[in-house]
Amino acid sequence: MTSRFLTGVLSAAAAASLVVTLAACGGTTRNDNSSSGGAAQSTAQANPNAPTKQGVKMAYLPKQLNNPYSDIEVGGGKVALDELQGQYKLVGPNDASASSQVSYINTLIQQQQDVIGIAANDPNAVCPSLNQARSSGIKVVAFDSDAAKDCRDVFINQATTEGIGEQLAKMASDLAGGSGEIAILSATPNATNQNAWIDVFRQQLTKPEYAGLNLVKVAYGNDDDQKSFQEAQGLLQSYPNLKAIVAPTTVGIAAAARYISSSAYKGKVAVTGLGTPNQMREYVKDGTVTRFALWNPADIGYLAAYAGVALASGQITGVQGQTFKAGKLGQYTIGANGEIVLGPPTVFDASNIDQYNF
Amino acid sequence: MNATKVMSPKMGSRTAAPRKFSLGGFFKAREAGIVLALIALVAFTAAQNPRFLSAQSIRDILLGTAILAVLAVGQATVMITRNIDLSVGSVLGLSAFAVGSVLQANQSLPVMVALIVGLAVGAACGLVNGVLVRFGKVPALVVTLGTLYAYRGAAYFWAGGEQINADELPAHFLKFGNSSILGIPWLVVIAAIVLVVAGVVLRNYRAGRELYAMGSSPQAAELAGIKVGRNTIAAFLVSGALAGVAGVLFAARFGTIDAAAGNGYELNVVAAAVVGGVAVFGGSGTVWGAGLGALLLTVIGSSLAVLDINQFWQQAIVGALILLAIGADRLVAVRVAKALKKRDSHV
Amino acid sequence: MSDKGNRPAFLSRPASWDAAVIVITVLVLLIASSTVENFGSSRNFSFLLLDLLPIALIALPMTFVIVTGEIDLSVASTLGLTSAVMGELWNRGLSIETIIPLCLVLGAVLGALNGFFVTVLKLPSLAVTIGTLALYRGLAFVVLGDSAVADFPRSYTSWVTGTIGDGPIPNLLIPLVVLALVFGLVLHATPIGRSVFAAGASEQAARFAGIRVGRLKFWLYVVSGLVAGLAGVLWTLRYSSARADNGLGMELAVVAAVLLGGVSIFGGKGTLPGVVAGVVLLATLQNALRLQDVSNEALNIVTGVLLIISVLLPNVITSVRAAIQRRRKRALPSPTPDTGSFAGVK
Repeated sequence: MTSRFLTGVLSAAAAASLVVTLAACGGTTRNDNSSSGGAAQSTAQANPNAPTKQGVKMAYLPKQLNNPYSDIEVGGGKVALDELQGQYKLVGPNDASASSQVSYINTLIQQQQDVIGIAANDPNAVCPSLNQARSSGIKVVAFDSDAAKDCRDVFINQATTEGIGEQLAKMASDLAGGSGEIAILSATPNATNQNAWIDVFRQQLTKPEYAGLNLVKVAYGNDDDQKSFQEAQGLLQSYPNLKAIVAPTTVGIAAAARYISSSAYKGKVAVTGLGTPNQMREYVKDGTVTRFALWNPADIGYLAAYAGVALASGQITGVQGQTFKAGKLGQYTIGANGEIVLGPPTVFDASNIDQYNF
Repeated sequence: MNATKVMSPKMGSRTAAPRKFSLGGFFKAREAGIVLALIALVAFTAAQNPRFLSAQSIRDILLGTAILAVLAVGQATVMITRNIDLSVGSVLGLSAFAVGSVLQANQSLPVMVALIVGLAVGAACGLVNGVLVRFGKVPALVVTLGTLYAYRGAAYFWAGGEQINADELPAHFLKFGNSSILGIPWLVVIAAIVLVVAGVVLRNYRAGRELYAMGSSPQAAELAGIKVGRNTIAAFLVSGALAGVAGVLFAARFGTIDAAAGNGYELNVVAAAVVGGVAVFGGSGTVWGAGLGALLLTVIGSSLAVLDINQFWQQAIVGALILLAIGADRLVAVRVAKALKKRDSHV
Repeated sequence: MSDKGNRPAFLSRPASWDAAVIVITVLVLLIASSTVENFGSSRNFSFLLLDLLPIALIALPMTFVIVTGEIDLSVASTLGLTSAVMGELWNRGLSIETIIPLCLVLGAVLGALNGFFVTVLKLPSLAVTIGTLALYRGLAFVVLGDSAVADFPRSYTSWVTGTIGDGPIPNLLIPLVVLALVFGLVLHATPIGRSVFAAGASEQAARFAGIRVGRLKFWLYVVSGLVAGLAGVLWTLRYSSARADNGLGMELAVVAAVLLGGVSIFGGKGTLPGVVAGVVLLATLQNALRLQDVSNEALNIVTGVLLIISVLLPNVITSVRAAIQRRRKRALPSPTPDTGSFAGVK
């Protein structure tokens, strides 16, 4: 038994090495990979005076369903679609995973939607199916977290990426007293928006006024409350001299604040980042959190709906410079790479937090 | 055969002392082994980073262990009868969401009521498992695999993607999750009570001994007049009820509940029990061992964070430990079988 | 009295069970095509096939493993580890032609490890594969962490998701059909297949009959790992995404499909056509329900209940048949030849 086993293993190993040697003589590697492919940007002409299509079927596919932030976003979308006499649908995975989004995209293609609004968990993984959707005539509006730019028609960005990164760096520095160790508690490692903001954050830290700050770690809570809670716990265990935790995700900041406010670190470690007023109110009142920022997520969904309907009506095609009207938000112009920016972020603290309800 | 009967009293008295020592010694050795491993791990980690032994850190570890320990006690009860319960993670999620919903609607409910609600939900789920195993004659693996899916689906169906946030739960409930009595967190106290009660019943009471007998040899137990069916259902009932209690503890500790709570827990629970000496084949192991297994797994997780080792090693380590534990169990079983054979052969 | 009463009920179970499953599957397909909007299109069948492909692939060797009385719960973790390794090697610049064979070999090695624990160390397969489920998945996370690798060559990914020409037949249907035929033939028409059934029915009797049960089981685990590795490669290419958590939890779907197809969890009984039907049935239900906007997670209830019913129902049928038989025997007068009178009446 043992000798036959060994013979089997050896022959398998020999076969494998033969295959490897043969294959090593040629082969497609990452560097050979020709860029993009798939449906490019639409070349059709936009007709800004085209009538707005009625009954547009738009489906929202946020990063995940059980996320209060996404709920507010898509809620805004529903309001907009009601105004536009469109049909609203919400689907999404319960875990922020890209493969789950792909199967929902496939289902939406099958159900012949007109527009898909997606907040991508991974900019590349959803690309093939998004392009398949587009070649079936479905318009794709990315919001919040972008997909690769050759896979979607427009992208609704909540604020400029630079603006968010700068705001985060400023809050972190103010709260840490200008110097010391700080850490970031992010969402999932591949999330486009998170990585873009963190990149700007890092760039900001190279500026002289932030020289005293030392970013010791970027932890990932996967936008899962329990994991974020445990990651916050782990950060403090590994870096007891931490001055501030910056969480550019509403799930992360809520979990971190909850952990800190019930621990010995309350008042010693600052928690800041992007959070919703309702989730953060209790921690601002009890002193755990001094300041954090956000924008109105409902406006993102609202704007995405208007953009989607404008695309479906042929009024815009996603090219820079085109404009469209977005209901109560007013007129918007498409920027470079199909990006549409909502507006600047708002900073919340004890003085204004009670004015907001979301 | 006759010769054995005639000779056995003498054989029995002659070899009684050494036989008892080796079997009892083995059980003690297993738990002692875990305690040693724990001490070594804690010592090593504390040497690298003294903060590991700070009050906050110990408190966090104990809180983390509490939930896993409660689940492991239930799993051990089932595994001792030569069954397995893979649905505990889903039951925890269902119970946590149920309790959360009830508390969300009735903010003034005392914690005790919450515990009873959770226990009841869990017990109902466990009862279904037990009945299917007993009367449907379906193997526990298949039943609990199916209910793992079914209960999780029911939780998602009910929750519909919603999430109960900490600010929607009553303050006294959350305080219960984080506060202490006499310096020991409430959650740990409850876990300790569960451990002690289960340990005492399984060891000193007839019901407990019957469970061991059923696991060692189901046919012999049946022939000896043990009500195997009733005990099987009872074991699953206990496992479900404890998973329900664990759900309440989870809700109190983390405060934010959605239908995905407890996803994937069953693996850690089975690992805790197996590492703690409860054999998958039934008939051996103690709930103390399971509790120690839970503690060991939680400490490993914390150590990894403190030593700044890639946290991802944790699951791989859990898997390796399971393999090690069952290998050790097998080794001992082989030795015991040899020893028994030697004794009976009286050459 | 019909001769059904003379034939023991449980022997006729696999034959009638998987016939029933096949019939039900066809019925469900027809009903779904006519009533569920958007189901009956070639594009949807292509999606359906892609959805069920990994489960179908892994179910083929899993059938063999379960028929011998063992189980392999580590298949999804093997898939995940293979996917993670694939991503990591791609990151390091190896060519895809090198990576794919390496991943297949990895799958086989992982399966061999399982086989070693079960056949050489003689550990219970349930516990072993729970351990390797954790170990392999953990290693997948160690290799690739939380991130994903998504820029695989378009020529490969579009082949995997594409169809033959412009028609409705997905490219992957051919290899799947070929593999299913091969596995089916081996199981039902070769000595190896007969050994598998024998080993499952009674390991001791099989050994006495000269079957090298240990060696057989070992190689079954190797094949199981190899096929799981293949599924990992195809999964990665299909979603164009190598992630450590690919296929998380999929082992349950595979076991559910196999048991639904009429394979007995106790070993010794089952047919491959039944398993294929079970896989198709499960995937069709999921696809059709999803088109009706039933969430992925609510589908879990369906899968769980089906799993339990698939094992519960035969037991219930057997008990009911036995009860009916007993009642018949009691009602029948004692079998005296038709000579005398009974209680004086002729």
